Amino acid sequence: MLNIEIDGKALEVENGSSIIDAADKLGIAIPRFCYHPKLSVAANCRMCLVQVENFNKPLPACATPVADGMKIFTRSKSAIEAQKSVMEFLLINHPLDCPICDQGGECDLQDIAVAYGASGTRYTEEKRVVFNKNIGPLVSTDMTRCIQCTRCVRFLQEVGGMMELGMVGRGEHSEITAYVDKSVNSELSGNIIDLCPVGALTSKPFRYSARSWELTRRPSIAPHDGLGSHIEVQIKDNKVMRVLPREKESINECWLSDRDRFSYEGLNSPDRLKVPMIKHNGSWHETDWKTALEFAAGQIKDITNEHGSEALGVLVSPNSTMEEGYLAKQLANGLGCGNVDYRLRQTDFRLDGKRLGTPWMGCNIHDIEELDRILLIGSNLRNEHPLLAQRFRKAVANGAELSIISPLDNNPLMDVAHKVIVRPNDMVNVLGQILKAMSGLQRLSLCLPASLNELLAEIKVRPNAQAIAESLAGHGKDYDLVSPKVGIFLGNMALSDPRFTEMYSMAEAIGGITGAKGGILPAAANSTGMHMIGVMPNSTGMHARAMLEVPRKAYLIVNIEPELDCQHAALAKAAMQKAECVVALTAFKSAALEHADVLLPIAPYTETSGTFMSMEGRVQSFSAVVKPLGECRPAWKVLRVLANTLGLPGFDYETSEQVKEAIFAGEKPSAVVWRSLNNNLKELVEIHVNIKHEGLQRIGEVPQYNADPIVRRSLPLQKTKYNIKPMARMCASQLEALGLMAGDRVLVKQDKGSAILTVMLDPHVAKGCIRVAAAHEDTIGLGDLMGDISVEKLPAAQLNFDKAVITEVPA
Amino acid sequence: MIQKIKSTLTSLMLVELLKGMALTGRYFFAPKITVQYPEEVTPQSNRFRGLHALRRYPNGEERCIACKLCEAVCPAMAITIESEQREDNTRRTTRYDIDLTKCIFCGMCEESCPVDSIVETRVFDYHGEQRGDLLYTKDMLLAVGDKHEKQIAADRNIDKAFR
Repeated sequence: MLNIEIDGKALEVENGSSIIDAADKLGIAIPRFCYHPKLSVAANCRMCLVQVENFNKPLPACATPVADGMKIFTRSKSAIEAQKSVMEFLLINHPLDCPICDQGGECDLQDIAVAYGASGTRYTEEKRVVFNKNIGPLVSTDMTRCIQCTRCVRFLQEVGGMMELGMVGRGEHSEITAYVDKSVNSELSGNIIDLCPVGALTSKPFRYSARSWELTRRPSIAPHDGLGSHIEVQIKDNKVMRVLPREKESINECWLSDRDRFSYEGLNSPDRLKVPMIKHNGSWHETDWKTALEFAAGQIKDITNEHGSEALGVLVSPNSTMEEGYLAKQLANGLGCGNVDYRLRQTDFRLDGKRLGTPWMGCNIHDIEELDRILLIGSNLRNEHPLLAQRFRKAVANGAELSIISPLDNNPLMDVAHKVIVRPNDMVNVLGQILKAMSGLQRLSLCLPASLNELLAEIKVRPNAQAIAESLAGHGKDYDLVSPKVGIFLGNMALSDPRFTEMYSMAEAIGGITGAKGGILPAAANSTGMHMIGVMPNSTGMHARAMLEVPRKAYLIVNIEPELDCQHAALAKAAMQKAECVVALTAFKSAALEHADVLLPIAPYTETSGTFMSMEGRVQSFSAVVKPLGECRPAWKVLRVLANTLGLPGFDYETSEQVKEAIFAGEKPSAVVWRSLNNNLKELVEIHVNIKHEGLQRIGEVPQYNADPIVRRSLPLQKTKYNIKPMARMCASQLEALGLMAGDRVLVKQDKGSAILTVMLDPHVAKGCIRVAAAHEDTIGLGDLMGDISVEKLPAAQLNFDKAVITEVPA
Repeated sequence: MIQKIKSTLTSLMLVELLKGMALTGRYFFAPKITVQYPEEVTPQSNRFRGLHALRRYPNGEERCIACKLCEAVCPAMAITIESEQREDNTRRTTRYDIDLTKCIFCGMCEESCPVDSIVETRVFDYHGEQRGDLLYTKDMLLAVGDKHEKQIAADRNIDKAFR
């Protein structure tokens, strides 16, 4: 510890901290533009100059480490003079267009110019002009306003993982630019808007629509992934104008993914359902709540009376709140029906009843940074958890070895030590190889049970798997022998694979041997919460997949579009078509809901109160930030009144807090959660490691901007490069084996369904697989996300030359 | 006693009446200052703060850039603005309302305007017959501006040296 003095105040600071950190600790304001605590120090704006005793010139506070006995003056004559001069230089080329600048009112340059600048200018020469760049549909640029602080450059390089912006030229000619003709494609690009201290980078969807001082700020929780990022929703006249991150060091730090930031545009979509609707003789009619609810309740009652309560199926979105899930489950159980499920994108349910608790990510989000060894199984991290990927990136930057087993060789924008790119089905085999390799390693005095040994006997360990095993066992650098920090995580592609159970068990076994933390990385905002409160079939009920395979007579669907949100699109569509009655609680009118019979308008997350449980088991409640649109009502209220109309007892909740209390039975949520979270299995499941698969397998990943109904309606996100039409993407050798060329039209078949797609060369796809994106209207004829698939080349006559073929492979 | 005689005499001699008549007579022949409105109007300062107007540039383009400073500065909260990005990518208002029943004619909107768009004209004799007539919309304000542009420009010109 060092003793220093700032403006006469004594302070003790840690060795190695900078003057600006020390001043912040004391609450002494030093003006700054380029310095940001989460980014590296650039010291190029020079705004933070301070006077230090015994130095004959001012020093930049951000880049000067403190020394013992240092005496610093931030408001001395020479410091003020230095700050004033720097301000004058910065304003020489800055345009005076504050009245039309979106940053006006929340601009660091404005504020600091008032506080530290002079009242007039001495500069009369011409100002420079820099051409604006088009860097995509999310960030709008006014490059003349740029003061070259390079925060955006450093963010994209250090946090985003790819240097998509850079500074070219020198002196007055220096400017920030992307590569020629390229846009900024990072899935975290929105953060450069927040970082920009001036109005050079502003939000495109928000452009010119409001002023910062007009907006009311309300706290909320991000509803699109399991991270549970804290957000601040800014509203004006009962309309959501924009979403910004709220600082929470242990979850989202000060960042936010583009999906969470720009999805609000979907809330203001013209597609919103405003009044309850009933289908009469094939055509839709608007109606009032009473009629709609009575109609829905009547239909459900008729069908359950006639065919038994098991004729009803209840499907709940994993992005719904815990309250909604709980009431949907209570409603079904009240009718004597066990068919409730939230796991819409899962195929393999063999683990049901074998778990000891709620599966979760196995550690806290900020623990990821500390890991030494990481194994990611079947996860396209940047697509599934854009912001969580950043934590992994930090871990790797700190020296962690990252190994990947995946059917996709996408660049995670961090160093990958070892990787095995195989068909989804073969991931089990690879895990078997790792397990076997481990048994032969030193350090792990391992004795596998005889049954497992027998199972692994025939497996041949390949070098890659051997390398991963060695890495996890602590060979190599930076490994803490005393308390090994290993993390093993299963991603979405593993979760929706038909052999998920085996992968999970093997990962558990490997985790047990290496002392690893870890678990699953569920895709949706409330998957963990839904599992904990048991929005799942009871012992006699059917799971999500079975409900569609053996069609029910009636469905109650909450917050989903069956064809787009279910694992097997064709099956979901057929089941909905066949059903006598489909009651849909939805915020949107959409084509996917045309098979419904009643549409009940529910409020999305900004208009309802509720609770999400993040993948690390954090229970976070939020309240509504605006009033529900039109006749929309919070889904928990709709479910409550629907249950009342059905004549079910025990639905007397007046507020969502009462529902939450019922969920946790009056206990503290954290107590219930920590009792419940457990990734271990009661018993071993049957594992087959040597199954040989013939034929092709589909990799049906869900593109991040198609993940849920709100995101699918956010226009700016739909305009990004991530949103390309689904194509049959294969690697070069697979194309050759099938005799196809990039640009060919093919008929892709799965089960009974099919889709006509364009072939695309994607070197990131494992051999034996075709990557066909899901959750898109072009592929709703297809089946399982990770199912078997076949392709047929369409005759040349049917080739469509009009459509341009995209040959660039998005990352 | 003497007081009583004095007051009796004063009353009998009609002194007070004569005093009053004298005053009347004096004003009767003095030059008149009453203004015969509406035939005549009082002279106005070029800084007169009357009815608001939105101005245009000589090429017909509206001046307002939707910076919302007038809305922010208005102490009576009489101004409501909504803005958007117009097709030519410029920042423009889609709504500019002034509620003249709220307005206190302080002139701060005019003072805050960076492009001299919102101004107060010399017009003071506007009226409304129905509820809502005094809620001036963007089109009405632009029309006022178009009608009085010459006068507005001339008035601003006089004050040029002080602004």
